[in-house]
Amino acid sequence: MGKRPPKYSAGALIKHGLTRGDWPRMWRRPEMRTSYDVVIIGGGLHGLATAYYLAENHGINNVAVVDKGYIGGGGSGRNTAIVRSNYLTPEGVAFYDRGLDLYSTMAADLNLNVMFSRRGHLTLAHTDSALRTMHWRAEVNKLQGINSSVIGPEEVRKAAPSLDVSPSTRYPILGALHHPPGGIVRHDAVVWGYARGADVHDIHILQETEVLDIIVNGGSGPDGKGAGGKVAGVKTSRGDVSAPIVVNCTAGWASLISNMAGVPLPITTHPLQAAVTEPCKVFLPTVVVSGSLHVYVSQTDRGELVFGASVDPVGTYRVNGTLEFTEELAGHVLELMPGISKMRLLRQWSGLCDMTPDYSPVMGNTPVEGYLVDVGWGTYGFKAGPVAGETMAETIATGRNADLIAAFGIERFTEGDLVGEKGAAAVGH
Amino acid sequence: MIVVPCPNCGPRNSGDLRPAGEVVSRPDPATCSLREWREYLYMRHNPADWVTETWYCRGGCRRYFTIERNTATNEIRGQEAS
Repeated sequence: MGKRPPKYSAGALIKHGLTRGDWPRMWRRPEMRTSYDVVIIGGGLHGLATAYYLAENHGINNVAVVDKGYIGGGGSGRNTAIVRSNYLTPEGVAFYDRGLDLYSTMAADLNLNVMFSRRGHLTLAHTDSALRTMHWRAEVNKLQGINSSVIGPEEVRKAAPSLDVSPSTRYPILGALHHPPGGIVRHDAVVWGYARGADVHDIHILQETEVLDIIVNGGSGPDGKGAGGKVAGVKTSRGDVSAPIVVNCTAGWASLISNMAGVPLPITTHPLQAAVTEPCKVFLPTVVVSGSLHVYVSQTDRGELVFGASVDPVGTYRVNGTLEFTEELAGHVLELMPGISKMRLLRQWSGLCDMTPDYSPVMGNTPVEGYLVDVGWGTYGFKAGPVAGETMAETIATGRNADLIAAFGIERFTEGDLVGEKGAAAVGH
Repeated sequence: MIVVPCPNCGPRNSGDLRPAGEVVSRPDPATCSLREWREYLYMRHNPADWVTETWYCRGGCRRYFTIERNTATNEIRGQEAS
């Protein structure tokens, strides 16, 4: 515990510059062992954070993180990097607020600058019912000590002068939920920070290693899989590995991996598209979200505007962009900020979202002993990454679901105890 | 863009229709257990492969029909009114 990765500093930069010595690798490419205490499938933010906290908080470091591609190549590198904790359900608020705490101290904890910019977060309301939901969210938030309040159009204009707050627009801005602790983070740096932190603890990060099957014995389904079974290991493209605990952190691909263990999930996979403009002078000081117009926008430190939307209605594993998305996005953004009509889009991309029926994640133990899930992250996986890692590590170390994730267990779908999270970005108001 | 062949209206942009998801068999609500009913409501196979799914032609004939679509490539084959 307490092992820190080496610091990047001005002194180190000068020393390496003068001596032309080799820079230490941020993480190594180890040979795979034949057995591990824990195998984590999915080398994204969630998988790497879980591995890091297993070693850092619980001293478990005989751990492998396996990924079919390269680390951070899925949702971790495709999200719009917004963090906030102004959700609607008490369970969601407590969980995401811990996530925000971890982001606040992450640069120091991981010895890597993750460029957390706490610039505030505005969720716009264009209708009376949306305004009502904002008041509801603000009161739930305040009750749990979260800095969150509803502000009027004039204050919205002061917070983000480029927004058109005149009452003559098609979707007039009637007010907004203002959440000062929210902000943006450099998402790649977060992945690299956790990978480096895990590597210092001798955790194996195995890239280009595809999991072909999960070995389960004694279950009620075909081949001994399914409820009542016990995990024995995984078959990978680089050979078989025995492990008593296997964790599924594969987001969009969660159903495919979970079906290998015989555990069906309440998940459908949908792409979510995002886009970025050419860089320009910084003019947008805060994160702006509009649920009704299905758009969220922030300006990076480089000056690019990053746009995200809600998930595509048709479920698919294909991640290609569509012209409909670009057209709709441009229309909605110009509705909010008519001043940027001459700006050009630089590129668009999409990532896979594992959507659940109640917009809350599915976490913790499952009916198969030793098979854990950290899935169903839909459109909110990035902001939850650190806290999901911390709570999953606790769940693995203690054998019981951590208190913060007790409400997110898979059994809620068969027991009818859903956590309706209408504060998620994918939910239009 | 995905072009979906409606048996009535011909090929339509997927935006004109509403996807109703993969076909799941509905248990008899009078005899099934609460658990079976909830599994029918929420659990999905969600394969990256050929899947039989229901679509609703909301912008045209307003009928439901099923097609087979490959969720890894979005290719479509077969259609039938339901």
